[in-house]
Amino acid sequence: MDVLDILLQASFWAATLRIATPLIFGTLGELICERAGVLNLGIEGIMTIGAMSGWLFVYLGVDLWTGILLAAMIGAAFGLLHGILTVPLGLSQHVTGIGITLLASSLAYFTYRVLLPDVATPPRIEPFQPWAPDWLLAVPFLGPVAGQQTALTWLALVLVPLLTWVLYRTPLGLALRTCGENPVAAEAQGLDVYAIRIGAIMAGSALMAVGGAFLTLSAFNAFFFEMVSGRGWICIALVVFASWIPWKALLGALLFGAFDAFQVRLQQMMGGAVPYQLFLMLPYVMSILALVVMARRAAYPQALMRAYVKGQR
Amino acid sequence: MTAPGQEPPLLRLRGITKRFGSLVANDAIDLDLAQGEILALLGENGAGKTTLMSILFGHYVADAGTIEVMGADGAPQPLPPGSARAALAAGIGMVHQHFTLAMNHSVLDNVILGTERLWSWRQDLAAARAKLAALIETTGLAVPMDARVGSLSIGEQQRVELLKALYRSARVLILDEPTAVLTPQQSALLFTTLRRLAEGGLGIIFISHKLEEVLSLARRVAVLRHGRKVLEVAATGTDKARLAHAMVDRPVELPKAEPQPVGAPALELEGVHVAPAAGVEPLVDVDLTLHAGEIVGIAGVSGNGQRSLAGLVAGTLLPDRGRLRLAGAAWPQGGPKALIAEGVGRIPEDRHRQGVVGDMTIWENLALEGYDAPACRRFGLLDLASFRRRAQALRKRYDIRGGGSETPARLLSGGNMQKLILARVLERGPRLILAAQPTRGLDIGALAEVHRHLLEARARGAAILLISEDLDELMQLADRVAVLYRGRLGPARPRAEIELARLGLEMAGQGPAGADAA
Ligand SMILES: Nc1ncnc2c1ncn2[C@@H]1O[C@H](COP(=O)(O)OP(=O)(O)OP(=O)(O)O)[C@@H](O)[C@H]1O
Ligand SMILES: [Mg+2]
Repeated sequence: MDVLDILLQASFWAATLRIATPLIFGTLGELICERAGVLNLGIEGIMTIGAMSGWLFVYLGVDLWTGILLAAMIGAAFGLLHGILTVPLGLSQHVTGIGITLLASSLAYFTYRVLLPDVATPPRIEPFQPWAPDWLLAVPFLGPVAGQQTALTWLALVLVPLLTWVLYRTPLGLALRTCGENPVAAEAQGLDVYAIRIGAIMAGSALMAVGGAFLTLSAFNAFFFEMVSGRGWICIALVVFASWIPWKALLGALLFGAFDAFQVRLQQMMGGAVPYQLFLMLPYVMSILALVVMARRAAYPQALMRAYVKGQR
Repeated sequence: MTAPGQEPPLLRLRGITKRFGSLVANDAIDLDLAQGEILALLGENGAGKTTLMSILFGHYVADAGTIEVMGADGAPQPLPPGSARAALAAGIGMVHQHFTLAMNHSVLDNVILGTERLWSWRQDLAAARAKLAALIETTGLAVPMDARVGSLSIGEQQRVELLKALYRSARVLILDEPTAVLTPQQSALLFTTLRRLAEGGLGIIFISHKLEEVLSLARRVAVLRHGRKVLEVAATGTDKARLAHAMVDRPVELPKAEPQPVGAPALELEGVHVAPAAGVEPLVDVDLTLHAGEIVGIAGVSGNGQRSLAGLVAGTLLPDRGRLRLAGAAWPQGGPKALIAEGVGRIPEDRHRQGVVGDMTIWENLALEGYDAPACRRFGLLDLASFRRRAQALRKRYDIRGGGSETPARLLSGGNMQKLILARVLERGPRLILAAQPTRGLDIGALAEVHRHLLEARARGAAILLISEDLDELMQLADRVAVLYRGRLGPARPRAEIELARLGLEMAGQGPAGADAA
C-alpha cells in the first residue's frame, strides 16, 4: 500500500468529511462573528459545552434534533454573554473570549461530574445514523463516501452556500459586513451596530455549539473530557486561512480533515518506524504552512477587534 | 410663531445644550433653517459645531433643548433624540467631517446600506441601481457605482457621501467641513452642486473654516464661540474680517512673508526615486534644493507622493535611488533620531497619530524629542521637575490652551495640538523644518498662529519644506512653489511668477509637472 492507495480509498474521504464537519460549523460560526467585527475566542469552550449539553439532553431522553437545537441555544447564550461584554461594554475581546472558554468548558465538566458522579465508563447514547439520498448512494465512488455521513455533515455543507448568500445577497449580510468594516458607517445609515454585532455573535456561537454537539451525537456516542481538544483554535486559524470567505472556510476545513485522515493511515503504513507524535503534528504543521501562504494577502475586516462605543470620539 | 407670508422653517433647534464633563460644548443654541437655504456655521476649533450637528443627527443626546423638523405635511414634528435612524427618517442627511464609508464595499453597497428591510431574503439590486443612476444623472455627482470606495479619490468619496443622503430623499443636508480635503476645482464643483440642490428646495447647513467660500456660498452665517451662538447675519451684510473677529473674539491678522535673502543649501534631493509598494506612494526622479531662510511649498493633491516626500525628510523612509543631503553634508544615518539630533524638525501630517502620543500628558509630549539631553538629567535620572517647568513656559509662549501640563494630549483641539507640536519642534532651533499640511482643519486664529511661528523660524534662518493642499497658504508663506503630481515634482518657481489658476490645473495633472507623467 502506498500513498496513492490511501487517496483512492473511500474510507479515507469519508473520514475526511467526518473530521471536517465540526470544523466547518466552528469556522463558519467564527467567521460570522469576525465579519461583524468581533473576535470570539470563546469558541473552544462553546464547542465543549455544546458537545456536553447536546449529549446530556439526549441522554436525558430528548430526541437527537432537539438535542442539537438545545445545544445551539446554549451556545447562543454564551454568545450573548460574550456580546454584552465586548460590544456595549467594549471590553477586550481577547480577554473576554478566553474567559468564556474557561467558563464554558469548566461548566461543562462540572455539570457532567455533578450529574454523573460515579460512572467509570462514559454512558452512551444512540447517535445519528448515516444517511444519504438514494441517488447519491448510487454514484460510483461518491456513494460509499456519502453513505458513511450523517445528516449533520450534510447540514454543514448546506450552510456554506446559505451563509454565502446571506452575507453577500441580503440586506442583513451587508449590514453585518459593514459593522465589521466600519461601524460608524453602519450607525450613520441608521443601523443598530450593537444589535447586529450581538446578533452575529449569538448566531455564530450557536453554530460553534452545534459543531461541538456533532462530536458527541454523531462522531462518537458519549462525552469525554478534553474531547474538543483544540478544534476551536483550529477554527480560528481556518477563518484567517479562508480570508473570511465561507467557501474557502469549507476548503480549509476539508484540507485539515484530509491531513488528519491521511496521517492516521500513514501511521499504520509506516508501523513503528517513526514516532507517532510526528504524524499527529502533520495536520497542524500543514495548517500553519497554509496559513502563512494564504493569510499574507488576506483582506481582513477593517474594524475587527475594535470596540465601537456610541457617542465617543 | 410664523409671520404671514413667511415660510415655516424646515428645521428648528431650540436651547440645545451639551456638556462633556465640565466642558459646555453647546450652550443654549437656537438655530433655524428654511427650505432652499444655505446656512454656514462657523467657529474656532472646539467651538462645538460638530457636536451640534451630531446632536441633530442623533449621534449625541443633548442635555437640554428640542429639535423640530417639518414633516411631510408641513407641520413641525419633534425629533426623538439619540437616534440616527429617526434623523434619517425625518429627512436629515449628514456628510461627516470624517467620512463614514465602508472602504472595502462598493459605492452601491454604501449607498443602499440600511435603506432596505433588514430581514429579507434578497436585495432588489436592479431597482437600487436604477434609482442611483437616475440620481447621479440629475445631480451630476458622477461616481462609478461598482467601484470599491477605497479606490476612489477623496473628491469622489465625498460624492458618495452626498449620494447616500440624497438617495434617502434628504430634505436637510449637513456638511461638516466638506472642503477641508478638496482641491479648489473640486470645491467649485461641489458648490455648483449644492447651489442647484438648494434651488430644488433642500435646506443645507455648511461648516467650514474657509471664510471666502462661506461668503460666496451661504445666504446666512451663524458663528459659534465656546459653544454659544454669538452672531447670526445675512451673508451679504458681512465680511471676512467681521466673521473672523466674531469667531475668535479678537481681530485676526494673517502674517505675510517678507522677502529675505537666502543662505546655503539646507536640503538637497538629487534624482530621488521611491518605488511603489503597499502603502508607499512612489516618487520619480525628484530634484529639489532648499536653502536656509527659505520656504519651499509643495503643492498637490494628497496621495501624489507627499507622504513619501515627508517620510524621506522625516527619516522614516529611505530612497531606492538617488541621494539626499543635509546642509551640504551626507544624509545622517540612523533614522529619525539621528535627524532630530542634526537639527531636523518635523511637523507630521497626521497630528493625532504621528504628532503626539494621545494618552501621554502635555508635558510628556513636549519632552519627547529632547528628554535624553544631559541637561535633562539629575544624578543620572530624568529631571521631571525641569520638564514640567519647561512645559509651563512653553504652554505660555505658544499659547497652548485647553488644559494644564498634566492633561492628556488627545483631549486638545486640533489647533492646540498643532501648537504643542510646533513648540516641541521650534524650541530646538531646527535648521530644517518639515511642515506637512500644518494647518489642515485649523480655524483662522490657529492658522494665523501657525503661520506666524513658521515665518519666525524662517527669519531665524531655518529652511522650511511646506507640503500643503491649501493654495492660499502656499501663496502666503512660500518663497517658491513646486507641484507634485503622480510622484513627479515640477520645478520650484518663485511665488511672483505663479498664477493661482495655473497651479490648480497643474495639481490636477494638466500642466508641465504632469505632462510627461500622463
Ligand atoms: N465625545 C466627546 N467627549 C469629550 N469631549 C468632547 C467629545 N466630543 C467633543 N468634545 C469636546 O467638545 C468641544 C467641541 O467639539 P467639536 O468637535 O464640536 O468642535 P468643532 O467646532 O467641530 O471643532 P473643529 O473645527 O475642530 O471640528 C471640544 O472641546 C471637544 O474636545
Ligand atoms: Mg468639527
